[in-house]
Amino acid sequence: MAVTRCEIRRGAYFDSIVLMQLQRSLASLAGVVDAGVVMGTPANLDLLAASGLTPDDLGQIGPDDLVIVVRAETEAAARDALGQVNPLLTRRRATTDETYRPRSLATAVKSLPDAQWVLISVPGRYAADVARQALALGRHVFLYSDNVALEDEVALKQAARTAGRLVMGPDCGTAIVNGVGLGFANRVRRGAIGLVGASGTGLQAVTAHIHTLGSGVSHALGTGGRDLKSEVGAVTAHQALNLLARDPDTQVIVLVSKPPAPDVASRLLQAAQAAGKPVVVHFLGYPPPARRLGNLHFALNLSDAAALAVERLMTDDSRLIFPTDNHQSSVINHYVRGLFSGGTLAYEALLGLQTTLYPLYSNAPIRPDQRLPDVWHSQAHTILDLGEDEFTVGRLHPMLDNDLRLRRLRQEAADPEVGLILLDVVLGEGAHPDPAADLAPAIAKAKAARDLEVVAIVVGTDADPQDVGRQVEALTQAGVTVFRTTTDAVDYISQRLAAPAIESYFSPVPLAVLHHPLAAVNVGLESFYNSLVAQGAAALHVEWRPPAGGNEKLAALLKRLKTKDR
Amino acid sequence: MPSINTANQTAVERMMSARPILRTVARARDVVPGLRDNLILHAGPPIEWPRMSGPLRGAVIGALLYEGLARDEAQAVAMVEAGEVEFAPCHHHQTVGPMAGVTSASMMVYVLDNVTHGNQAYSNLNEGYGKVLRYGAYAPEVLAKLRWMNEAMGPLLADALALSEGIDIRALLAEALHMGDEGHNRNKAGSLLFLKHLAPLVARAAHDQTVASDVLRFLGDNALSVLNPVMAACKAMADAAHGVEGSTLVSTMARNGTDFGIRVSGLGDRWFTAPAQVPDGLYFSGFSSADANPDIGDSTITETAGIGAFAMAAAPAIVTFVSGSPRDALNATLEMYEITLAEHQHFTIPALDFRGTPVGIDIRAVVELGITPRVNTGIAHKQAGVGQVGAGLVRPPMAVFEQALLAYAEVYEL
Repeated sequence: MAVTRCEIRRGAYFDSIVLMQLQRSLASLAGVVDAGVVMGTPANLDLLAASGLTPDDLGQIGPDDLVIVVRAETEAAARDALGQVNPLLTRRRATTDETYRPRSLATAVKSLPDAQWVLISVPGRYAADVARQALALGRHVFLYSDNVALEDEVALKQAARTAGRLVMGPDCGTAIVNGVGLGFANRVRRGAIGLVGASGTGLQAVTAHIHTLGSGVSHALGTGGRDLKSEVGAVTAHQALNLLARDPDTQVIVLVSKPPAPDVASRLLQAAQAAGKPVVVHFLGYPPPARRLGNLHFALNLSDAAALAVERLMTDDSRLIFPTDNHQSSVINHYVRGLFSGGTLAYEALLGLQTTLYPLYSNAPIRPDQRLPDVWHSQAHTILDLGEDEFTVGRLHPMLDNDLRLRRLRQEAADPEVGLILLDVVLGEGAHPDPAADLAPAIAKAKAARDLEVVAIVVGTDADPQDVGRQVEALTQAGVTVFRTTTDAVDYISQRLAAPAIESYFSPVPLAVLHHPLAAVNVGLESFYNSLVAQGAAALHVEWRPPAGGNEKLAALLKRLKTKDR
Repeated sequence: MPSINTANQTAVERMMSARPILRTVARARDVVPGLRDNLILHAGPPIEWPRMSGPLRGAVIGALLYEGLARDEAQAVAMVEAGEVEFAPCHHHQTVGPMAGVTSASMMVYVLDNVTHGNQAYSNLNEGYGKVLRYGAYAPEVLAKLRWMNEAMGPLLADALALSEGIDIRALLAEALHMGDEGHNRNKAGSLLFLKHLAPLVARAAHDQTVASDVLRFLGDNALSVLNPVMAACKAMADAAHGVEGSTLVSTMARNGTDFGIRVSGLGDRWFTAPAQVPDGLYFSGFSSADANPDIGDSTITETAGIGAFAMAAAPAIVTFVSGSPRDALNATLEMYEITLAEHQHFTIPALDFRGTPVGIDIRAVVELGITPRVNTGIAHKQAGVGQVGAGLVRPPMAVFEQALLAYAEVYEL
């Protein structure tokens, strides 16, 4: 037999919702059958009556009176429930105090306007769209996601380059920006070595080793594994290199990549030569052309790259850094033509110059794609071995007879695309008695006719019959820049042709991206967000879901609608 | 076709710049365009008798009795089944009504004038709590109260308003939002502000002190008094934003107790509907979700215009309807910014550093992010005449936004 008990609190106002909650809490207590909690208005009292919860015998009840009615299985349960009223009314709900997690990138960026970076680690097929959105919002992108289509990567990077924004990735695992690791990154000392890497673990290995060697890292910028493919053209690597070249905190730059496409590699290394800082290069599986080429230092492996970088940091490299007023050089944007009498010297020059010159052709190529189709006509950069059979049939070897070389010299000098002619002059027993006597007047004449640079490698000794000193002097008088080794000549030429600073091609990425305290919006793996927060960076996590709940038809439609907004 | 963004910017600007002034109270037959004696207006998208839910059927019967078209319930039902009664959504007649929304020719309506764009909107008078027509009740005392409202209170309010320049409902709402209202489920402050505007006018206009006192007491006791003029104001704003070519802005959200329907600014008068859901909320003593009717009423016009659940952060006192702490109220509003086109120029939220309320629902954002609009609502009993059984939160079915998006692509050949 249920019992009904009630309590009246005169003049106690509570919001109706508080009362509804109290009622629900009372009704859920053990032994309670039903409960009613209302302010005593006539309509509310009718409601109670309708539920069979009429408070009996309580006299006058007014609208300012709180009426609490409990029907319970036993007297004790009813009294117990009424005893709970005060604690229930004063109980604070556990404050969840969860800050709002935005569902869209647009909202997140509005909430954290300082976020220069958007970290994206959503499934690949959605990643490009999120990255496009981030770029449209003016942010730089760290794109961890893989399985992004190559054409999407190309389009994203073109858009980023135009806007002066970085897209690190896709498939970029590692970066350190202004002391904050993005993705997978080691905690390393801050320092003066800046890195550009197309390999996440490569960057990790080098940065960690730099730390172990007692030195430190300014920034480590990832590019994604495909950046150095021909289709992509190392857009991000160029931008990152340019950023580090301008960054006053970076004194030495390290470039790390899996084997790049040859055209991409030579353009990138050309840019590296214009960086105005020592650059340590390690392209895995790519034979280093030399230990050093101007300001470029070629490492044998990842730990060597770290060691070389630390060593460069402690060495005065200023003599290796060519002046940056090189941009006015008349040979920039012109071709090099090499006219060699010695096959091995030609090969050595080719080996060195192919590092930075592209496209480069020869009648004695190192790579098959370098073969010159018609040996009588040079194209682009060309290195000729005039001692090869096709030239010596019915003719004396060019070490004995300069006739062919002089004719070819005039031919090359007449080509307006040519800016620099490279020759070897090999002295010694059996060779031509006075090569400079033939060459110097022809060179002087060619140089008088137009703006042309001529470089010669003179191989000989002061004991040679031709007297190396006299040969050098005659050539120098004719305006030739003379070197005694191929290495030095290659070094000089590659510096003379070093690309002008790449800002002139791209909208430069503002240096602020490296120097402002890192703030980022994270879309995808929550662990990346947690890691940012743990490192003290300002971060916001987007509760991302596939667009239109994964409905591909609607998602495609939404995409079409977006293009109508432009 | 202009860009979607431009069209949406136009539409949402129109919605925000609309300035509805309450001018008068008048007989529906005399002011509501196209209203006829045998036409009954109802809430939500179009619906015919066989599919109507309990509360709507009850309200229709009540209206037929009130109008004297039927003697009793049986005759009323017979008339309807014989096809002698026509039905149309309030929305088709520049009108909105809470819950059943039933409005018939001889009822009085608030008349609002959008002075920015020149359109009008109408809403019936709020009956207060308990047994009321809008929840499908039609007992004699329900009709008696209705008669008093329409024959005593209505004419007095008309006389009172005639003594003024009208009441700026947009300004009233802006103030109420700073006093803990959100304009849909909580209208305590707004109703008191409404009373404050009306009281001196009523005192001057009244010939009979008793009537004046009864009217003022009735308005003051009913925390929902201002809901109907507020809804009409929101309707005037939404209509101003309707019909912008290329716009994906939602210009109507309404429920008839069976279906939830929306209309889109750039898609003409076409409705997109799907079954209405049962709200999730708190129930009055003795009731549970088993008693609840699916979502009903035109009051979702408030959310359409950027208040109601969209302004939840302004009304921490009722946050428990959405299950928790004041932080949840903030989050509710923050979520709505994701799917809206603008922040309101006139309606601001103190707790969000006076940020404008999220306004102008974009069907694209709803579908893309999978976030449907939040709606604060009263919950009706599924049987006619029982009345309100609770209040809570409901969201429209996603299907209506998906349909609208597909229709948009078709209409604009995308």
